[in-house]
Amino acid sequence: MTAVQQPAVAVSRPGPVSGSRSRLPGRRIAYAYILPFFLVFAAFSIYPWLATAWESLHDTRLSTYDQSNWIGLENYRNLLTNHFFWNAFRNTITIGIISTVPQLCMALGIAHLLNYRLRGRTFFRVALLMPYATSLAAATVIFAELFDPKLGLVNWSLHTLHVPAVDWQGSTWPSQIAVSTVVTWRWTGYNALIYLAGMQAISGDLYEAAAMDGASRWSQFRHVTLPGLRPTILFTIVVSTIGAAQLFGEPLLYHNGLPDGGTQNQYQTLGLLMYQQGWTNDRLGLASATAWTMFLIIVLAVGVNLLLARRRELRDHGRRRHASTVAGVPEVTTR
Amino acid sequence: MSRSSKRRRGATLLAVAALGASVLAGCGSSSSSDASTGADAGPCGTTDDTTLTVGLFGTFGFKEAGLWDAYKKVCPNITIKEDVVEQSADYWTRLKTRLASGSGLDDVQAIEIGFVADVVQNHADQFVNWNTVPNAAADKAEFYPWKWQLASTPDGKTTVGLGTDIGPEAICYRSDLLKQAGLPSDPKTLAQKWSTWDDFLAFGKQYEASSTKPSGSHFVDSAASIFSTAVYQGDEAYDNAEGQPDVENSDGVKNAWSFASQAAQDGITAGLQQFTPAWNKAFSSGAFAALACPTWMMGYIQGQAGDAYAGKWDIAPVLPGGATNWGGSWLGVPDKAAHKAAAVALVEWLSAKDQQVTMWKDGGHFPSNSDAAAEPAVANATSDYFSKAPVGQIFGDIASQMKIPPIGLYDTQIQQALTTQLTNVETKGTSPDDAFNAALDAIKQVTG
Repeated sequence: MTAVQQPAVAVSRPGPVSGSRSRLPGRRIAYAYILPFFLVFAAFSIYPWLATAWESLHDTRLSTYDQSNWIGLENYRNLLTNHFFWNAFRNTITIGIISTVPQLCMALGIAHLLNYRLRGRTFFRVALLMPYATSLAAATVIFAELFDPKLGLVNWSLHTLHVPAVDWQGSTWPSQIAVSTVVTWRWTGYNALIYLAGMQAISGDLYEAAAMDGASRWSQFRHVTLPGLRPTILFTIVVSTIGAAQLFGEPLLYHNGLPDGGTQNQYQTLGLLMYQQGWTNDRLGLASATAWTMFLIIVLAVGVNLLLARRRELRDHGRRRHASTVAGVPEVTTR
Repeated sequence: MSRSSKRRRGATLLAVAALGASVLAGCGSSSSSDASTGADAGPCGTTDDTTLTVGLFGTFGFKEAGLWDAYKKVCPNITIKEDVVEQSADYWTRLKTRLASGSGLDDVQAIEIGFVADVVQNHADQFVNWNTVPNAAADKAEFYPWKWQLASTPDGKTTVGLGTDIGPEAICYRSDLLKQAGLPSDPKTLAQKWSTWDDFLAFGKQYEASSTKPSGSHFVDSAASIFSTAVYQGDEAYDNAEGQPDVENSDGVKNAWSFASQAAQDGITAGLQQFTPAWNKAFSSGAFAALACPTWMMGYIQGQAGDAYAGKWDIAPVLPGGATNWGGSWLGVPDKAAHKAAAVALVEWLSAKDQQVTMWKDGGHFPSNSDAAAEPAVANATSDYFSKAPVGQIFGDIASQMKIPPIGLYDTQIQQALTTQLTNVETKGTSPDDAFNAALDAIKQVTG
């Protein structure tokens, strides 16, 4: 209740915040309104988060739940000296890169094209979102059929082109590329639409001015679109990084629902490993340790992203200020 | 403003309180129990109108065989509600969760052979002990002794469930493919030619060498099917007599691994992983000609290959290396079941001879009740789909000779680790020794 009695800080209202006691009930009711969210948040986020930390320090198995013992950091030691963990860690990074980098580049290109006045633009925009609206299970099952080493359409096409067949299931790189293809297929359109929205927020005057100065389409893209989109790009990178670190459904279904990520764990991600430890192997304590390790990895990765972006921003800021002082014109920020 | 906002706040708090209350109710309810196991309540366990919940996985077939309707005639006051989870692994996770929290348990819970050892070791006190129910002696006499023993503690004092079906194994094969390859295809000849695994593998080489067999067709479906059959022919499978995992010293694992990896290296397997879409397709495509075949596999084959292949599949009355079992289940009654006496009565009725005969006739589930297996309706049964094979006699003979090694907590995961590595020997040319070590490594992740 102490929090309630403090004068609200977050309520953005023009004018002085001071005094007037008559407004306080209004603020209290605001807390009551958001209370359900925090109750649900506490029950389904905070509590599991802490409970997972607690379990990760025990040798918990679901079958002998009452008899779990405190083992300190043993699970973490076990995990970090375990080649299954490092294999999954490597796979998560490689699949993350193969699926995210081409995907975001393609999304950016597609958004740029759709930003022009095209015939049937609305159709293309809707079509882009179709893969995103497709169920993950359906998409992965179809892709698994396409990439089937013996009966799949992909190897059949390679065969007609006289290219030797590829083991899209058993070999490490091909299987990771196949899994990444599902991710790329599903998310490219979604990111393209986000970029498109960002592009449309960039003032048309900038393009006109650039065109007047004789800038080509490519230079317009580089010098107007990209800088204008930077916050949007940062957002998609952060979201994609989190998504890639948690990748689970695609590699699970790509091996018919087995959480081993292929017969040699060639595309087992951290998410799959955690699931396998917890539910297949019934070692919830170890799985909880994996969950917390994953959480720290994600926080670290997102932190690095933001740090790089921030440094870049500071550098640009400095450069621009330098340029504007040289020109003797006061700086105008578009952001 | 203040009045309306106050009222609204009241409503919000009420809604929150209601939400909290319903959450709490969801966690705490359904613990009432009419634990009276009194004999005076009649054959149905109770004379009140009662709804029994039965927790099952996959397609158990009670409803499909009409047994719920039949029970309604025996006990008009009992209504049965199934609570089905598709995959047995998911079902087991849910059952474990409910056992750990002590709530939400159904009146009857199915127990599969893959986790019966865990139930016996860790949860025996949470289930009704079938050695102390009023009909204990009669119940026990019905079953194959090994079936009763697998669901009992080593001292035999506690038994967690009554048996439903078992899975005696023979070899199912495509007679048309063998004929096309110029090899013998009648069951009697094959039974002689396939009496040991060495003979079976040698026959496979003949099949592979045939110039007339369909191209791309192999003899058996997978090294895994040889392995997971042969491993249970040892004195030990995955565990020692105390039920502790003992993969490295097991004679069953050693022999099965050598036969299965030999088959893989000889190239007589199709290299398919069992229960995958590619494997399912192969029942009709002819990618393999034979596989180890427990009774329940007959229905699976029929479902996958379809009517067009009726008469092309046949069953040889033999299992290379000796008779053994694959699969089967029990029905247990949790101690916290809401209607314990009625649930016990239902399980006893389902395990009785007549009902197990019905389950065989209408669902292909081979009886674990040895009296039922001896009934003419079972013993004289033939299968039209499998070229009129005398399936009742074939599987009945095997069931009566079966040898059952001890089972343990992690058999399912251990078998999965070993058969996965066999796939690598088949499809990636991994050396059997490397593959075996990789499997041991994965097994260590399970046993801890």
